[in-house]
This record gives sequence, structure tokens and C-alpha cells, in this order.
Amino acid sequence: MPTFMVNDRPVSVDVPDEMPLLWVLRDELGLTGTKYGCGRSLCGACTVTLDGMPVRACVTPAAAAEGKSVVTIEAMEDDKIGAAVQDAWLRLDVSQCGYCQPGQIISAVALLRVNPQPSDADIDAALNGNVCRCGTYTRIRAAIHEAARALAL
Amino acid sequence: MKPPARHRGRDDSRACAEDRRRFLQRAGALTLGFYLAPAACLKANIAAAQSAAAASEALESGPAVFAPNAFVRIGTDGSVTVIAKYLEMGQGVFTGLATLLAEELDADWNDVLVEGAPADVTRYSNTALNMQGTGDSTSMASAYQQMRQAGATARAMLVSAAARQWGVPAEAISVSNGVVSHLASGHRTRFGLLTTTAAQLPVPATVTLKDPSQFKLIGNPWVLRKDARSKTRGSAFFTQDLKLPGMLVAVAAHPQRFGANVRSFDATAARAIAGVVDVVQFAGGAHHFGGVAVLAANTWIAQRGRDALMIQWDESQAAHADTDRILARYRQLAQATATPALSAPPAAAVPAPAPATPAPTPAAVPAASAVAPATPAQIAAAPPAAGSTPAGTLSPPAATPPAATPPPPPVLLGRSVGDVGVLQSQDVQRVEALYEVPYLAHAAMEPMNALVQLTDGGVSLWNGEQLQTADQVTIGKLLGIAAERVQITQLYAGGSFGRRGNPHADYLQEAVSIAQSAAAAGHRVPIKLVWMREDDMRAGYYRPAFVHAISAGLDARGTLVAWRQRSVGQSVLADSPFASQISAGVDPSSIEGSAQPYDIPNVRIELVSPTDVGVPVQWWRAAGHAHTAFATECMIDELATAAGVDPYPFRRALLAAQPRALAVLDLAASRAGWGSPLQAVGPRDRRGRGIALHDTFGTCVAQVAEVTVSPDGHLRVDRVVCAVDCGTPINPNVITAQIQGAIAYGLAAALHQAVTLVDGVVQQGNFDGFAPLRMSQMPAIEVFIVPSREPPTGAGDPGTPPVAPAVVNAVFDATGQRIRRLPIGAQLAPI
Repeated sequence: MPTFMVNDRPVSVDVPDEMPLLWVLRDELGLTGTKYGCGRSLCGACTVTLDGMPVRACVTPAAAAEGKSVVTIEAMEDDKIGAAVQDAWLRLDVSQCGYCQPGQIISAVALLRVNPQPSDADIDAALNGNVCRCGTYTRIRAAIHEAARALAL
Repeated sequence: MKPPARHRGRDDSRACAEDRRRFLQRAGALTLGFYLAPAACLKANIAAAQSAAAASEALESGPAVFAPNAFVRIGTDGSVTVIAKYLEMGQGVFTGLATLLAEELDADWNDVLVEGAPADVTRYSNTALNMQGTGDSTSMASAYQQMRQAGATARAMLVSAAARQWGVPAEAISVSNGVVSHLASGHRTRFGLLTTTAAQLPVPATVTLKDPSQFKLIGNPWVLRKDARSKTRGSAFFTQDLKLPGMLVAVAAHPQRFGANVRSFDATAARAIAGVVDVVQFAGGAHHFGGVAVLAANTWIAQRGRDALMIQWDESQAAHADTDRILARYRQLAQATATPALSAPPAAAVPAPAPATPAPTPAAVPAASAVAPATPAQIAAAPPAAGSTPAGTLSPPAATPPAATPPPPPVLLGRSVGDVGVLQSQDVQRVEALYEVPYLAHAAMEPMNALVQLTDGGVSLWNGEQLQTADQVTIGKLLGIAAERVQITQLYAGGSFGRRGNPHADYLQEAVSIAQSAAAAGHRVPIKLVWMREDDMRAGYYRPAFVHAISAGLDARGTLVAWRQRSVGQSVLADSPFASQISAGVDPSSIEGSAQPYDIPNVRIELVSPTDVGVPVQWWRAAGHAHTAFATECMIDELATAAGVDPYPFRRALLAAQPRALAVLDLAASRAGWGSPLQAVGPRDRRGRGIALHDTFGTCVAQVAEVTVSPDGHLRVDRVVCAVDCGTPINPNVITAQIQGAIAYGLAAALHQAVTLVDGVVQQGNFDGFAPLRMSQMPAIEVFIVPSREPPTGAGDPGTPPVAPAVVNAVFDATGQRIRRLPIGAQLAPI
């Protein structure tokens, strides 16, 4: 029975150890902001952080979260960088269909945490694993720069 | 000039019942910084489970809600809820519809909410499609007057209510930004306090709409999307996210080949997995899979169960379609013209030789007489493209058995102007080429899914629903009930690009079929069918592959005088509920956009629509335009080269009668710096610029692409400058985003996407084999919108068609190599 923290709350779930964290979050805990897109770590829609590092929840077994801290999109507004990123996302109207955006935002926040002033190339490298079929990349890039500026003030 | 403060919605829109957070806050249940499912999620999901109408009633307080028509409801709290009849799949339609209504209502944009409409063609028909549905970039054009009138009507009634309450003449009352006021008396109020009175007034028969010079929201680039907040928080509700009490998730095993059926199966291993609730076989149909579904409360458990099934498939009716053979046959069909056979394209561009093909022997090629100027009688005699479909599982007309020689499909006349016989003239320089495009998956981020609850004498569906009316009819037929008994609750779609508007309701039929089997097995509970990514990508209904053979002629002065085109590819409309649009055998969506929008005196467009291919097809972003624009704009470029004229002025000369298209072309060229030298990147890198123009569903788009080809043949698209004329721009912010996204979507396809089949088996399953565009490949995109007061046209589709030809034309400029086959892939020669 894996036990870990989700958005600063302890949870214990009665699931097989190998159940991907994605489905624990979505189907067991009701945290549906984390999306299923590919199941094979190819699209990034399921990105969450595990002890601060971005991971693809679709290929992360629940047991790998044991004793660790998982943060999902639902808690982003409680995070200083997360709130700044979400605010930039709104100012620039990034979302189209919106399905991939939680994963994009988590990846953006994880980037800004280690690199407060990323270049375009840094953004490309950090978010290349996050697919957006609507093609919101132009605005994602701009919004990350915008959030970086806001956080630097 | 300092930009005005941005208008941002106080709240978000909701696709059906509500953004969970807002619902719960309103219901006073909890505040959701964090929640663990059961209590909170259940409440939200129960709310979502109501029909849209019922749910919205539950959300509004008391009977004093003012709802003068089907499109707006104003609450006593002043909230203005716009009911959106079109599917929000990312294209911003909720925002567009709300903008139109709020403009004439003079509402405060921050008070405006948006809610998806239920399936009800009597109230929510798309007047352009004559049914309820979203597509062909028709939303803004068809709603422009209707939504404005709905807003103006509500405004007039609020003004009358104020006049009555204050005892002042209505003419002296003004409304601005959600405030109703009477200057002379100093009376002033917001909408909420007028709703009770307004609800009792008669609805005026006529209202006056604003002159465009008075617009505050329409055309305002600072009006932002209504669905942004929930989508940024992760609280927006997609079908994938819905969970109803007692619901089971179904993950289904589909056959590997279209048309195969279950012979027998062994579910022992699947049933042994803890959490698997049941395993049911479900029936397929002509246009949807039959198979075996595993039911579980948890999606992953259901998927594991599905993967553990042992199924023997009956492949006696299975299709063995093979894309290499299909395209080889198409090439032959395209080139079997009445005129001398088209010359082969230059060696570098010749499509890869096909493997041994059973495609037409010379004897099977239509005789020249069959394609000489078709008489009306010949056209009338041509069998319709729509063939009857044999029973089976997702088995569009059976695939050609490899050994048999298929009968040649008829050559149909799509469009004819003047006489292309001039192509035979000695004075005419002929340019001939063959262009081809592959099958393409839509690959929306949210794989197809649907939630079904069978009810007494009816059915309730929850879906990102694109074609309500057709789907109600199809599901009604499947269940043997009236279409009106098929209730559909609208949810957000995580992308569609046409896929959720399947003309045969394929995934909905499958979901309902599974729910029937589940009910028969004692599980009369809500069933959510979830297609995993591989299920979605291998489920067929692709953008059809096409081959276009074009022969065009220049006169002695280099003027384009004739264009003859034969297009070969499957009909999307054939054998669908939309088959009535097929005229004299010609599916208009197969040829739309060919040779347009240019002024060419002699044009002949022929169409061959094979019906025996064995690959299910449907529309994709921009429908036929996506492939006809490629062929047309590549050929125009080749003609310019043959005429020795720069491709930009060559196009200009053909647009004398098309001032709007000409203005779009000029805008893109000037903003791109057409003709200015391109800066070198690396010493051996080759750079080039290409231009393309296309009118898609009435919206004209021109693009200039700049590319770099490295010595090893690697292609990078650096910049795309795009001009768009979509009539009155309603939400410039949304239009810009749509064009950027449409370019990304079309670029992915142009660069590296194709669905291929080998012996009936789809070779791609996920984002590795069918690669989307990624952040690092996104070019710099500049979008320029032509100011206009013409009626609005769409913005969702038209950005896609020009990008592939603009890029390959730029590749030619850089390298001298013509790319005539998509995707570009590894075709570029290294140096």
C-alpha cells in the first residue's frame, strides 16, 4: 500500500505497487488535472513533480512515490513560481483545448525553479517532451519568459 | 499608446455543468485547495451528470432568472450565462460566441460565463450545416447575426424593465459595460436587479444591431478567452475526467485489421486481475469496431485486463489494405488521362517505387473516351461514390484481395471551365507533375472516449460532442429509439481536428454497444469507454491519402491558360449521413480548393474516388483543402519557375479579379520582406523562402516560410509570416492563436507524419511513430490580420493548408529540389 504526500497531504492508497502514479492520481484520488495522453512518456500531459523533479506520471509506478512528495497542477497556485506561471498563462491566453496545459505548466515551473531566466533554447530543451497538438508553443515560450520577468521583480 | 486593461473573465466557462471549483464554491460545499476524490469529486460529477439544462437550473438561484432566448440567461446576481451551441475543442468558439452576444448586450465581460448547449437541433442548429454540429470553420459566420440578435434582444428587455421601474422613457436609458443608467434622473443599476421585471416583458419582435463603429468587444485584441482559467488550473472538465457514481471504465480490444470479428476469446487471465469487474463481448457494425471490453473502476486495471485477453479473430472479412499498393494504384489512376500520359517528375522527386502491385493492368485503365469531356449522360451513368457497405466490423467497402484486379473506378467530372484542350496546342508550354499526400491521424491530445448511461427508453451521453444531430440519429438507430431520446451533455474536447465529428459516430457507437453488453451482463451503470493512445491511432478514420496529377499550360507570354487535374482518393462523405452532398458522384470535399482562387480561363478537375480501399476515412483539419492546397500551390510555384517569373508576382498576376486574396498575398509578402536577402546561418547551410496562398471556407490565408537546409539534408523551418482575411475579426487574440496552432498542426504533417498500413495493419501507434511537432521545431510565427468589416468567416481551419506548400516551395528556393510527396521526411538530398 504505497504511502506518500500529494500536494502536502499524506495519502495511502490500496493499489498494486506497479500502478502508474497517473492512474492513482486520476482514478483513485480524483485529481484529474493530470492528463493521460500516451501512456509511454512520449507527450508529457501527465507531468507532475516528485520531490520537486518533473516526472511522467504515466510511467512512474506508485511504489516509486513511496515516502516522497508529489505535486500536481491542482496545487500550483499555492506555489510562488506556480502562481506566477499560471498568471502569465492567463495574461497571454496560452490555452487552446487545454488538455496538455497542466503538464506544460508543471514542466515550466520545474524549469524556472532551477533556471530563473531561461533562454529560448533552455525552454525548448525543458519542454520538448510536452506535446501540444493545438500548437500553443509560441505562447508557452512567451509566457515562461513573462513569468520569469514577474518573478525577478 | 498604452493598451487598455485586459478584459478577463471573473470566472470561466463550463463545458457542461461547471468548473468543479466554481460549482462547489457556489454550492457552498467545500473550498478546493486540495481534495481527495470521493466526497468532492462525487458532488461535482453528480452535477455534471445532470443534463446540461437540469444542471444549469440547479446552479442558478430561484425562478427570477431572465432567459429571453435559447442563448442567454441573466441571473439575479448579474451573471450573464451564454449558452454555446458549438463544441469548444480549443478553437475559442465559447469566447467568440460570448463576445458576439455580450457586445450587443453591452454586458461587463467579467460577468459573462459560457456553458455548452445540450443536443437540440430545434434550438441549436448550425444554420450553415443545417444541423447541430461544429465544423468547416462555420461557427462565427453562422452565429454572427444570431448571437448578436440574442444579445440585443436581452438588452432591449432590460432597458424596458428599467424604464418601467424608474418611470422614464426607454429611449433615454443607456447601457454600458453591464450598467443600465438614466442620466437625467441619476438612476443606475446593474443587470441583476432588472431581471425579475425583464422576465415578465414580451420579447420584442425586432431589434437594432450596432454599427460596427460602435463595437467594444468585437475586434478588441484585449478580450481574453473564457475557458482559460479552468484550463490553466487543471480543473476544466473533459470526458476523460468524468466519473459518475457506479461508473465502470471500459477498455476494449479491437481487431488488428479493419473488418475482423471476434471468433472466440479466453478471459481467464483478464478476470484473474484484481479489480477487473467483468469482461464483455460487444457487437460491431459497418462503421464501428466489435470486440471484447474489460470493465473496471480504474482505467489502468481495465487496460491491464484488456491486454491480458486471448482473442481468436475471424479475419475472413478483414481488410488487407496496404498503403504502398494503394498509392501505386492511385498514381496509375491519376495518370491514365485522355491526354498523353503525364511525364514522370524529375528523378529526385519521383515517389519511391512501389512494390509489386496488383493495380490496374493496362486493360483495366479507363479508355480515353471515358474521360474525354464527360457528357451529362456519362456523369449521370457513373455509379455514385457511395457504395453499400457489407456487414462486418468497421468494414468500409471490403479491401481489395491482393490477387484480384479491381475494376477501375469511374472518372468523374468535378469542375470544368472553358476548354483544357488548349494544353495540346503547340504554343502552350506544359508543366506536369504528380503530388501525393498520405493518410493522417488526427491524434488529438485527448484520445477518443465517451460516457454512456442507458436509461429507460433512452440513453444519455457525455462527450466532447461535435455532430449532435447526426450522432443522435446514428445512436438512435443503433438502439432502436427516436433520435430525441439520445441526450447529449456537452463537455470540453481535448482537441478534435475533426475526429470527434466522425460521420459514423464510430466511438460513440462502440461505447453504446459496450454499455449494452455490460447491461446484459448485469452492469446497468454508467460506462466510460476510454481509448488508449494506440487504440485511437489505430482506429482508422484517417484523412484520406490522395494523389493529384496536374497538367497546366503557359502561353507564349508566360500566362497560365489551362489547368487539368485528376485527383484520386477516397470520399469522406460516401456512405455517410452526409452522402446527400455528393452530386453526380463527386464528393465536393475531395476537390474543394483545387486550382483556386486563381483566375485561370480553362480548368478541368476530375475525380476518382475508389470505394474498395479498406481504410476508413474522414475529414481532418481543413478537410479537402489540406491536400488540394498542397497540390495547387506547389504547381503554381512550378509554373512560375517555368515562366521564369518570381512566384510572388506570378501569383499576383492571377488574382486581378480577387482583390481580397491579392491584399492578403501582398500583406504576407511585404511583412516577410519578400525579395530581401536571407541571412546565412552556417557556411554550408542553404536558406530559402517560399510563398503559398489558399482560401479555406471563405478565409484567405497567405504564408511565407523561411527554411534552412543543412548539408546533411536536415530541414528547419525558421519563420512563417502569415496574413489572414477572415472578414470582421471577432477575437483577434483567438484568431492569432488559431493561425499559430494551425501552422504547427500542418507543419507536423508536412515534415514527418503519415499513417501507413502493411497487409491491413496500421504501423503507427503512438507519438513515436506518428510524431507531433515539438517546441524546438516551432518556427517563429508572425500573424497579420487584415482589418475588415466584411461578414466574419472562420479561423480554425484556414491556417493549416498553406503551410506545407509554403515550406516545400521554400525548400525549392533553398535547394532547387522539388518535393512533391508528403511528408517531406528524409527526401532532401544532402550535399
